[in-house]
Amino acid sequence: MLSQLPIGLSIAGALLLIALGLTFTFGQMGVINMAHGEFIMAGAYTAYMLQGVFSGQAVLAALPVAFLVAGLMGLVLERFAIRRFYGRPLDTLLLTWGVSLVLQQVARDIFGAPNVNVTAPSWLDGRLTLGSVAIPYTRLFIMALAVACVVAIWAYMNRSKQGRRMRAVMQNRELASCSGVVTERVDQLTFFIGSGLAGVAGVALTLTGPIGPTLGTNYLVDAFLVVVAGGLGQLRGAVLAAVALGMLQSYVEFWTDASAAKVVVFAAIIAFLQVRPQGLFVMRSRALT
Amino acid sequence: MRITPLRKMAVLMAASALALTACGGTEEESGSSANANEIKVGILHSLSGTMAISEVTVHNSELMAIEEINAKGGVLGKKIVPVIEDGASDWPTFAEKARKLIRSDKVATVFGGWTSASRKAMLPVFEQEKGLLWYPVQYEGLESSPNIFYTGATTNQQIIPGLDYLKSEGKKKIFLVGSDYVFPRTANKIIKAYAEANGLEVLGEEYTPLGHTEYGTLVSKVMAAKPDAVFNTLNGDSNVAFFKQFKAAGGSAKTLPVLSVSIAEEEVGGIGVDNIVGQPVAWNYYQTTEGDVNTKFVEAFKAKYGADKVTSDPMEAGYNAVYLWAAAVEKAGSTDVEAVKKAADGIALDLPEGKVTIDGATQHVYKTARIGVIQPDGLIKEVWNSGEPIKPDPYLKDYPWAAGLS
Repeated sequence: MLSQLPIGLSIAGALLLIALGLTFTFGQMGVINMAHGEFIMAGAYTAYMLQGVFSGQAVLAALPVAFLVAGLMGLVLERFAIRRFYGRPLDTLLLTWGVSLVLQQVARDIFGAPNVNVTAPSWLDGRLTLGSVAIPYTRLFIMALAVACVVAIWAYMNRSKQGRRMRAVMQNRELASCSGVVTERVDQLTFFIGSGLAGVAGVALTLTGPIGPTLGTNYLVDAFLVVVAGGLGQLRGAVLAAVALGMLQSYVEFWTDASAAKVVVFAAIIAFLQVRPQGLFVMRSRALT
Repeated sequence: MRITPLRKMAVLMAASALALTACGGTEEESGSSANANEIKVGILHSLSGTMAISEVTVHNSELMAIEEINAKGGVLGKKIVPVIEDGASDWPTFAEKARKLIRSDKVATVFGGWTSASRKAMLPVFEQEKGLLWYPVQYEGLESSPNIFYTGATTNQQIIPGLDYLKSEGKKKIFLVGSDYVFPRTANKIIKAYAEANGLEVLGEEYTPLGHTEYGTLVSKVMAAKPDAVFNTLNGDSNVAFFKQFKAAGGSAKTLPVLSVSIAEEEVGGIGVDNIVGQPVAWNYYQTTEGDVNTKFVEAFKAKYGADKVTSDPMEAGYNAVYLWAAAVEKAGSTDVEAVKKAADGIALDLPEGKVTIDGATQHVYKTARIGVIQPDGLIKEVWNSGEPIKPDPYLKDYPWAAGLS
């Protein structure tokens, strides 16, 4: 029973990491980015590439690099494609879905179809034992990284000038624009950060999961679930939703099996959205959107 | 900024150009019209989508076999011309492309498929169109279509020998872990029947959806049950997540052997040798299998596709299929499906895995079962084999304990 607690928390950490980027691109900007999973993949492959230089420490070195790589990919996507589809969610969805397929094939052409492996640093090899409960260091690392990202994002949104502008644009685009905020620039930056966070998640997930061209598709749905359940653009909502979903999944799987856990999680989210369609938290705004 | 129609057009064109390049790998070879000096055969595997990972390797080894046969003068004095189609990891596409190959390309036979779902989708097409399919992958048995030859292992050539091995190693309590679809569920039914008849105890049976990557709970359940061994029928990417998380939780081949039936040389690199070294697997062929035929096969494959490439069981079974078909055609003196089927019975060839004989009654092949252990260099070393090729028995008729299964 107790041993499921850290497992639930570690699932929550992974869910949170993959969803944080989406709280920016989907939550703040309303862009349904089906290629989010491929930015996660780009992060994972970045770690794989850096392995040649940093060997065992590639995972650490890859964190900032993957943020840049995935962020730049996102920036290019925003600049050249998504920007032209704002306010047309269905078109955006199709566009980004197409982009995601193209990126998967590109990865297959560059890295080959079989999975590749990133060796975890040796200092993550082991586990912390608390009584009867053992938590692998890799899991602790993912949880710590998720917490660090949340703190950084919170500080950025609430303490920096750029973050304030981002929130202003989200709450009322016209008013922000009238007040001299260059909304286009803000959109770019938001998309850059959101995509970059996906890259960071990709690096972390190399510790526990497969690294292949279709890696992103494994995580995309979960990422959207967290953002939708947490409330669009709500950091604390995403955190709470990730913890709730992680716990639910780990305990239901403990009592039944993984397939049943998936069903229960989906059913719970559907039921929850019936009661609160806007998610856990909702942004209050006077904008007439 | 306003978007002019011209700009929009440019974006669309750029996007479609990208899409076209992305699909470039899948276009078919345009076969010339029927030629008296050529025999057309279909090659139908997933070259795109989630299954491409595995199927491209079989596709490659089949093309190599065709090339080799052509270099030696072809079949019946004619050149074999492959018509390549992409099943795209989508089962209806497999059925559609199979029909196209038979009807419009009029191929003599088709080599193709990997997942049981793709085979089940193609089966009615081959039966209706009276075509011939060579299916190269180990599968769950309980099938014997008159229009399919199965060159991979059926259950009594892989799973049952795997259990025999665990039993001979003194493993009494086993835990079953598998992906949630037809192969693992059927395999586990057989395993449970075997366990009951052979005094093994099945401590638990867990399934996870295909593509599942979160194995914390499952690993802790397995460890809490304290089995002597795990029988693993997970498929695809899940194996990577399972073995990484198994190792992180302190599992290793020493403390708990995990016998896998879907992990070959190809997959070891992606899982990470560190995570799986020392674990047993059950197949009929390894890159390290001894024999001149295999040495030549491995050398030829590396020369053609790259020195870093490895050869694996399904690739070898696909390669065999081409040779077995060619031998049957030579014996029949024609490519007519019925004549080839009749001629195929009893054909025996020396292939990379050793002697392979076609059993005409089931249209399966005799195969030697081999248990291997994953080595630190990523290759697999044989530690046990069945001594002689095992007669295929897809319906397990010769096993009294399996009476209730089919």
